[in-house]
Amino acid sequence: MIARILATAATEIHIARRNRWVLIAVLLMVVFSLVLSAAGSAPTGALGADRLSVVVASLTSLSVYLVPLVALLMSFDAVAGEVERGTLPLLLTYPVARWEILAGKLVAHTAILVVAIAAGYGAAAAVAIITDPAALAGLAALWRLTWTSVLLGMAFLGIGYALSSLARRVSGAAGLAIGLWLGLVVLYDLGLLAAVVADDGGFFTTQVFPAALLANPADAFRLFNLTAAQATSAASGIGGAANAIPQWQSLVSIALWPLVSLALAALAFRKVEP
Amino acid sequence: MTSTLTISRLTKTFGGLNALTEVSLTVAPGERVALLGHNGAGKSTLMKIILGLITPDGGDISVCGAAPGSARARAQVAYLPENAAFHPALSGLEQITQYMRLRNLDPSGAMELLERVGLAHAAKRRIGTYSKGMRQRVGLAQALIGQPRLLVLDEPTSGLDPVSRRDFYELLDGLAADGAAILLSSHALTEVEARTDRLLILSGGRMVAEGTLPDLRREAALPVAMHLSALNGYESDVVAALPGAIRANGFVHLTCAQDEKLAMLSRISAMSEKISDLDVIPPSLEDIYSHFSRRDGQ
Ligand SMILES: Nc1ncnc2c1ncn2[C@@H]1O[C@H](COP(=O)(O)OP(=O)(O)OP(=O)(O)O)[C@@H](O)[C@H]1O
Ligand SMILES: [Mg+2]
Repeated sequence: MIARILATAATEIHIARRNRWVLIAVLLMVVFSLVLSAAGSAPTGALGADRLSVVVASLTSLSVYLVPLVALLMSFDAVAGEVERGTLPLLLTYPVARWEILAGKLVAHTAILVVAIAAGYGAAAAVAIITDPAALAGLAALWRLTWTSVLLGMAFLGIGYALSSLARRVSGAAGLAIGLWLGLVVLYDLGLLAAVVADDGGFFTTQVFPAALLANPADAFRLFNLTAAQATSAASGIGGAANAIPQWQSLVSIALWPLVSLALAALAFRKVEP
Repeated sequence: MTSTLTISRLTKTFGGLNALTEVSLTVAPGERVALLGHNGAGKSTLMKIILGLITPDGGDISVCGAAPGSARARAQVAYLPENAAFHPALSGLEQITQYMRLRNLDPSGAMELLERVGLAHAAKRRIGTYSKGMRQRVGLAQALIGQPRLLVLDEPTSGLDPVSRRDFYELLDGLAADGAAILLSSHALTEVEARTDRLLILSGGRMVAEGTLPDLRREAALPVAMHLSALNGYESDVVAALPGAIRANGFVHLTCAQDEKLAMLSRISAMSEKISDLDVIPPSLEDIYSHFSRRDGQ
């Protein structure tokens, strides 16, 4: 079982390398992290936080958009591409379970995500620490951001595989992935904010809003990192709402989402007729 | 000896279209069986059902004693799809390595496998740069992985040059000698006739004929053609003496049923002083194939 998962993972890494996906993911993360940390470097000390913690706060806002995007871009082709190229029937005649195929792809794509995230955050952290040795105090926050980013990426990889299985065509899967990214990462928050404003502190704001934040992996990720770093919570617009939700709840959401999305992906893949 | 593949009364419809109707067949260990039939006869559908890629509507199938598509069956069956496709970004070696590891085999034998199908020189190039025949050879190489007890090959020689075809059938002979059962589909009648043990003909989803070529020849009972050259001036005599004979291009043509062949020959030899030459032309492979393939269906 492990051998078969690793065999698929090795193949996927070869493919991602040839298609320049590794390079693109790493470049995206490094460039955006460096740009953000440079832009956010002015007000250091003003909040009583070290420089790295400030960078981590900016990286959190960046990763909410970027990590799901990279994960979806890597995963939307996973099943639909095999169907369209006609490689799936042969693969399925091998003594390999469908979930093992998905697991192999997940291992490879997660590894690429880890490399890209480590490179991006590492570059930003290195710059912060070199210019301000006191920034070492923020390493804990950076570590927390790193592993939650990987979990966030895995949640969206699973979502991408599920969409890819449902669409069965690469073009359809790409459209669904972009639509879902816009919906979950951009429009979802806008909608919630509009509702909160209209509701003006009523039932929606106190009951529905916290649950809605927790239900979205991207929001749970942001919540968790912001509540964990109270010092920098002022940096974000939803910081106030974040304070009302206990940290363990957002942690549970972050940890559960990859499992849920991967289970959905496995179910959707089972329904694909080669 | 129990057979490796047993199918009885298999039926499959695609939304009202009868792709397969009550198809039964067996393939024994060491046997090479060819599946023939017109385009759309149901050959590929039958093979996909054997592999468990499509679920049939009715009938029983046993593949190496297990259900089609079960883990036990998949471990012992190799498949070559009709249009073998691979990820264009992978090299032939990487692709075969993955397939070997999926079968829990040591991938160090991948290069040797590619050598067997004549791809060693291109093993490290991307499959995207391969010609059609080279891609087909990657497909063949993966079908040879391990010691499959049943090989299901959908048009394995399509895209192969004549020398590669011969090499391919030599590979098959070796596999069959080791006890593998082989079911292959093809449109190339002559090579199939020479290199397989038994023919199956599907037409419109039905099994219309089954057996060795002599069996089928006998069953079809197609007329034998004869071709005579009469000595100068005797043509009219010869035509008059033989029922059904006609004159064309300076030769005398006639046809007769299989069981009348010897009687006809003795009548001809009785007037051997009037005849300079004689050719007996048995029904061709194409004639026999068309006879069965058209009988129903089309
Ligand atoms: N997925 C499908 N959905 C609907 N009809 C199908 C499907 N697959 C096959 N068919 C139909 O089943 C019939 C048999 O097709 P099949 O591919 O088995 O033919 P074949 O004998 O392999 O032909 P060829 O020699 O062209 O490869 C055809 O009429 C085809 O249109
Ligand atoms: Mg076919």
